[in-house]
Amino acid sequence: MNKWKRQFLAGPYLIWIAGFLVLPLAFILYYALSRSDGSLTLENILAIASPVHRKALLLSLRIALICTFFCIVLSYPLAMILNKIRSRHQNLIVFIFILPMWMNFMLRILAWKMLLSNNGVINSILEFLGLPGIDILNTPTAVIFCMVYDFLPFMILPIYNSMARISPDLIEAARDLGAGNARVFFKIILPLTVSGVVSGIIMVFIPALTSFAISDLLGGGKVLMIGNVIEQSFMQEYNWNLGSGLSFVLMIFVIVSMMLMNSHDKEGGGAGIW
Amino acid sequence: MKKHLISLFLGVFSIFGALSLSGCGNSSSENSLTVLNYGKYIDPIVLDMFEEETGIHVDYEEYVTPENMYTKYKAGSIDYDLICTSDYMIEKLIQEGEVLEMNYDKIPGISNLDESYFEFSKAFDPETKYTMPYFFGTVGILYDTTKVDAADVTTWGALWDEKYSGQIIMADSVRDAFMAALKYRGHSLNTTDEAQLLEAQELLIQQRPLVYSYLVDEAQDEMIAENAAMALVYSGEAALAIDLNDKLAFSVPQEGSNMWIDSWFIPKTCVHSENAEKFLDFLCRQDIAQLNFDYVYYATPNKALFDSLDAELQNNSVIFPGNEVLSNCEVLKSLDPESTKRYNDLWKEMKSKN
Repeated sequence: MNKWKRQFLAGPYLIWIAGFLVLPLAFILYYALSRSDGSLTLENILAIASPVHRKALLLSLRIALICTFFCIVLSYPLAMILNKIRSRHQNLIVFIFILPMWMNFMLRILAWKMLLSNNGVINSILEFLGLPGIDILNTPTAVIFCMVYDFLPFMILPIYNSMARISPDLIEAARDLGAGNARVFFKIILPLTVSGVVSGIIMVFIPALTSFAISDLLGGGKVLMIGNVIEQSFMQEYNWNLGSGLSFVLMIFVIVSMMLMNSHDKEGGGAGIW
Repeated sequence: MKKHLISLFLGVFSIFGALSLSGCGNSSSENSLTVLNYGKYIDPIVLDMFEEETGIHVDYEEYVTPENMYTKYKAGSIDYDLICTSDYMIEKLIQEGEVLEMNYDKIPGISNLDESYFEFSKAFDPETKYTMPYFFGTVGILYDTTKVDAADVTTWGALWDEKYSGQIIMADSVRDAFMAALKYRGHSLNTTDEAQLLEAQELLIQQRPLVYSYLVDEAQDEMIAENAAMALVYSGEAALAIDLNDKLAFSVPQEGSNMWIDSWFIPKTCVHSENAEKFLDFLCRQDIAQLNFDYVYYATPNKALFDSLDAELQNNSVIFPGNEVLSNCEVLKSLDPESTKRYNDLWKEMKSKN
C-alpha cells in the first residue's frame, strides 16, 4: 500500500520526463537517422565530417575552451577575495555579482552590441579622449568577451561555495604544522575546491559550446558556430533531419565532456546541477 | 513497476493525442476566419473593423520568415483559411498542391488593384488563379549620403568596393545575398547553373573581409544608428529608415534587382472560404488599403488608393519603384530541392571561411 502511494506521488514527474524529455529526444533521434522521405540513413550524423560542419564544431570547441579558461582565471581569485571579506557586507557583494543574472541574457547581449558598435558608447568615449577606437564587434573576440561576461557568475558561485565550505581549522592546522602560503594553497585550498571548479566548468563550457544567440548577435553573422549551423538548418533550410543529426553529435560531445568532468568530481560537489 | 511505467507512457501519449485532435476540429463550426500573416503586416484596427462590420471573428496569427510560415503551416495543427506570404514560397506551395483556386468573382473589390501586378505575379502564379497581391517592393542598397558617393551605388559593385571596407552590411539570407552577386555578374537571380553559382560564391567570399556584419531585420537599425555606410535591404525597410534618418538614401542598382510580391492565397486547409473571400474583398477597399498602407508603408498594388495619394508620396521612388526599375527586376522563383541545397551549401561554405 505504502509502495503504491509513493509511486503515485512520482507520477507527475514521470509524465514530465516522458513528455518533455524522452519523447523529444526520441524525435531528435528519429529525425537524425532518417531522410525527409522517411528512409533510414546515417548521413545526417556523418555530415559533421564535412569541412564546413567540422570547422564550425572546432570553432565552437575553441571558443568554449577559451571562454572557460578566462572564466576560471577571473573567478578563482575573485572567489578567494570574496571569501576573505569576512564581514557583514559579504552577502551583499556576492549578491551584486549575481544581480546581472536577474536580467534577461538577450538584453545583456544586446546591450554589449550597443556598447561595442562603431558609434557605440565605448568608441564615443575613446574618441572623446583622443584614443583609437576598438573594432572588435562582429569578430570572435567580441563573442568570447560577451560569453565570459555572461557565464562568469556560473563559475564564481560554485567556486565561492566550495571555498566557503573549507573549515578555517584546516588552514590553521596546516599553518601550525609549518606550511607556507603556497603550500596551504596547493595542498589544502586547491584540492578542496576542485569540485567547485568542475561544476563551474560544466556550467560554463556546455552553454558556451552550444550557444548560438551570442555568436549570432555579436558575431554579425561572421562567426559560424555549430549552434548557428543547427539553427540555420532548422529555420532557414527546413532540413530538420540535418539539424537533428548535428544536434545529436553535439549532444555526444556534451555528454562526453560531462563524463570527463564527473570522473574528477569525487565529492559530488556538482551534484546540484544534475 | 514496469507495468505502471508502460501504462503511464500510454497515458501520456493519449493525452497528447487528444490535445492535438481537439486542436483540429475546434474552430470549424463557428463563424470565424483564421488568418496567417507576416508580423506587423496589417493595421490591427482593420481586424476590429472587419469583425464589427461582418460579425466574423478573426483568429489572427503571425510569423517572421516565409520558412517559419511553411513550418507552421506544415505542422498542421491549425486549419488556416487565408495566408499571406512571399512569391517563391507561394510557388512552392502551389507546386505541392497546397493552394486552392481563388474565385475572383466573389471578390468584387479586386477591381481596385492594378492589373499590371497580376502580370508580375505570373512569375509564381502563371495562370493567375491562386493569388491576390498585397504589397510589393524591390531590394537595393540603403546608404549613408555622408559616407558614400551616390554615383558608386548605381551598381552592385559598391558592395565590393574596398573604399567601404568594414562598413558594408550584407543580407544574412541566402537568396538575397546571392541575388546581389549574381546580378552584379549579369546572371539571373534564379540561376541553377553551377558555374554561375560558383562565380557568385567566389564573389561573396571576396566580399567577406569587407563586410561589417551579416544581418536581416537589424540592418535598418544599424543604418539609422549610422554604424555602417551601406546595407542590402528591402525597399520598404529603406523607406522607413529614411523617414527616421534623413542622411540615408536608397538605390536600386542598374544591373537590376529582385522584385518581391507578397500575396494572399487560400490554402487547402481552408474551411471558411466565404469568409476568406469577404476578408480579401475588405482588404481591397480603398479606406482599408489606406490604413494598411499607412501602417506598413510598403508599395501597394491598390490603384484606387495610389491615385488618391498626394504627388509627393506617389513620386517617392523608394516606396514606389518606377516602371523603368521594375522592368529590370526579376521575381524570385522557388528552386527545386537539389538547387536549394546547392545554394545553402555554397552559402554555409562561404560563411565558414575565415
